[in-house]
Amino acid sequence: MTRLRLVPILLICLLAPFAKAQVQEEEVPSDDPVIEQRLQNLSRELRCLQCQNQTLADSPAGLAADLRREIRVQMKAGKSDKEVVAFLTQRYGDFILYKPRVTFTTYLLWFGPFVLLLGGLYLLFTYIKQRRDSIPEKPLSADERRRAEELLASLPGKETP
Amino acid sequence: MLRYLIPLAIFLTLAVFLAIGLTRDPHELKSVLINKPAPEFRLPQLKAADKTISNEDMRGKVWLLNVWASWCVACREEHPYLIKYAQSGVVPIYGLNYKDRREDALATLDELGDPYTASAVDFDGRVGIDFGVYGAPETYVIDQGGTIRFKYVGPMMPDVWKEKILPVVQELNRQGTSK
Repeated sequence: MTRLRLVPILLICLLAPFAKAQVQEEEVPSDDPVIEQRLQNLSRELRCLQCQNQTLADSPAGLAADLRREIRVQMKAGKSDKEVVAFLTQRYGDFILYKPRVTFTTYLLWFGPFVLLLGGLYLLFTYIKQRRDSIPEKPLSADERRRAEELLASLPGKETP
Repeated sequence: MLRYLIPLAIFLTLAVFLAIGLTRDPHELKSVLINKPAPEFRLPQLKAADKTISNEDMRGKVWLLNVWASWCVACREEHPYLIKYAQSGVVPIYGLNYKDRREDALATLDELGDPYTASAVDFDGRVGIDFGVYGAPETYVIDQGGTIRFKYVGPMMPDVWKEKILPVVQELNRQGTSK
């Protein structure tokens, strides 16, 4: 019974080599170590659009390989990192950048946490102040004062004032 | 009373924002190329490899560019509908055969039919990069002047065609004839 169940699985495995696949040229690293290093640094700040939680540096997706190849070509042609990033954002938008740009639409993202922090500090201080003010000053009675002095005097190694 | 209402208000606000977030598809990215000129390309044609096709050839008419490949499963899903849309004659559909083997692509068209007026072969995906392609199928609506007016990512099923693509095409055709 279990052996019979294996048959379709084996058939699928046998057919797998005939499945149509995306054409993917093998990735050839640049012969220039400086370009490879620049690519490494830059692609760590760029998002792979196919698997969005991976950087362009880590992603095995076909599109990521294509974009890395394109970046190599552009760097070899003497483009600066800034120009390469501009090339990519013109096509894929700011979403390709892992670190969002500071623009009007991202103000909340960049500065929101600091606003929250300031608000929290303000609340904390007003709360402490309110509490301190709500505890009334009450002078000690003669009896309490005498007991306090006795307690202080009983402490070892302490001189009474 | 207030000490209960404030946390409740905070919770409700958060819940509403998270609920809105759940309805949005993070894979759907707004194209930055909308209302920008479509990237120039000149590529070999799929069925006539000795001929090329360029976006200049389509100037003066509204056309769709459909990014497809034989390996793309979702493309097969939309394929029978593409044939229907093409037969309706509303707008010509041009294909961008993306990172595909020629023999696989031709076999797919033989098997399922060919909805494309012509398909351009983007073997290495370089033109795809210019268009900001990140997952086939994708469909671009391009106007008479060669400007991208709309982009849809995913299989173009009848509801998408009726509610999103057709209105844009008809509006562009109307504007084109009134000029």
